[in-house]
Amino acid sequence: MKTESRLEKVLAAGHLAVTSECGPPRGCQPAHLIEKAKYLDGIVDAVNVTDNQTAMVRMSSLAASFIIKQQGLNPLFQVTCRDRNRLAMQADIIGAYSMGIDTMLCLSGDHTKFGDHPMAMNVHDIDSIQMIQMVKDMRDKGIFQGGAEIKGAPKMFIGAAANPFADPFELRVMRLAKKIAAGADFIQTQCIFNVPKFEKWMEGVREKGLHKKCYILAGVTPCKSLGAAKYMANRVPGMDVPKEIVDRMASVPKEKQAEEGVTICVETIEKLKKIEGVSGIHIMAIEWEEKVQEICERAGLLPRPQV
Amino acid sequence: MITAERKPLEELIEYIKPFKRILLLGCNECVTVCAAGGRKEVGLLASGLQMAMLKNGSNIDIRQHTLERQCDPEYVEELVPMLDGAEAIMSMACGCGVQQLAMRFKDKPVFPAVNTKFMGASERQGVWAERCQGCGNCLLGMTGGICPIARCAKQLMNGPCGGSTGGHCEISEEVDCAWQLIWDRLKALGQTDMYLENIPAKDWRPGGGSGPRKIIREDLAE
Repeated sequence: MKTESRLEKVLAAGHLAVTSECGPPRGCQPAHLIEKAKYLDGIVDAVNVTDNQTAMVRMSSLAASFIIKQQGLNPLFQVTCRDRNRLAMQADIIGAYSMGIDTMLCLSGDHTKFGDHPMAMNVHDIDSIQMIQMVKDMRDKGIFQGGAEIKGAPKMFIGAAANPFADPFELRVMRLAKKIAAGADFIQTQCIFNVPKFEKWMEGVREKGLHKKCYILAGVTPCKSLGAAKYMANRVPGMDVPKEIVDRMASVPKEKQAEEGVTICVETIEKLKKIEGVSGIHIMAIEWEEKVQEICERAGLLPRPQV
Repeated sequence: MITAERKPLEELIEYIKPFKRILLLGCNECVTVCAAGGRKEVGLLASGLQMAMLKNGSNIDIRQHTLERQCDPEYVEELVPMLDGAEAIMSMACGCGVQQLAMRFKDKPVFPAVNTKFMGASERQGVWAERCQGCGNCLLGMTGGICPIARCAKQLMNGPCGGSTGGHCEISEEVDCAWQLIWDRLKALGQTDMYLENIPAKDWRPGGGSGPRKIIREDLAE
């Protein structure tokens, strides 16, 4: 064990891990955040706390992670390269660990173009792979990126993202290998709707034995409506929502679409569970945290193991 | 080259409104190539400004000239006899030229007539695209001759983000994904192994992180 992270303990014990996410509010609304987090209490092993997701300003992922931690859940602190340089990142990582947050996810971040501050400068002092390396060196060598010694190193369980559906496809397994070489302990993937394509990516992962060097958590998202499915299919860069999924959402009346979306999600999880090398499921129920419990129950992911 | 685009006429009129006589100054280098501030553009802008001023009921004397290079003190010196009576200078060179003039002629206001954009190359007639951000420590040897600093919207040094789709960047279908281009090149060159090498966090000091940059060539400096 590299850390005290509950997520690491679950994975190391060989259980299928379950994570979900909770987007911080667009204002000083801790009560709203707590309300959303409560839906996930006892249902998942860790809760991703997004970092200005879609490049919209929100309560900081550090503050929101702390609030969620106070509620007894295990936050998974997300950090993007878009908003902070390496000084600010390291400061926040030390701050997070000092408040008992021991699990994090290193991301490039959505471009500011997509958010409500398109006029802002993107930072990108380092990229996500360099961030992984930095956090690993902070943990294992006890040094800052600049080389100086850290007095009290943060022992972070280090996560990274992978998108098996983005182009060029043939490079996607190699990119995963680079993240693992930099120090990623676990991976959460982009939402999977196209299971055959994900299986093909996993074949490549297994060929290189990468699933033995790193835990892979397969990402899923329940579609709330036909509109949501179409939006993800057409408007979100790097998302692959096959026509069958959109058609299936369209085949049911509007009032039944949410239920259909959940059913598709549960069926997807069932398929993903059977794929060799998948160590967990990451459920991104965007602003739909109250559905995670039902999804987990129906997909046989409950109760969560005690570790 | 350094690329530029002319500022809107309205903005330029606001600058010159208080004056009766100005010198409008082009540059024969980059801004001529990108058709923003060469001799031809000086002529066009001078008539445009004059007409606009006339419409407002005022007259302005615009003397036109184009220097070989505005960023070079030797050429800037040529202006001394021309500045008699000129109350202000409007420069159509890049920001380097404007500042060279401001340093040399301390008692004259100098106004920029163009917006300096980026270091780029011509893609085809009338189209210029960014190619270099002057990071001061060239990576092109590791990335198939295509720069991820200048051409990836997130300056990713270790591969494409999850938004690369069909060869395009996530920010626009008009923008190529730099890493798709790099990957295609590495494949064509049989150098895909180079991609597996993790490029470490960049030292931005040569790229401006340590303040304004300067090159001093001891063998040439006087």
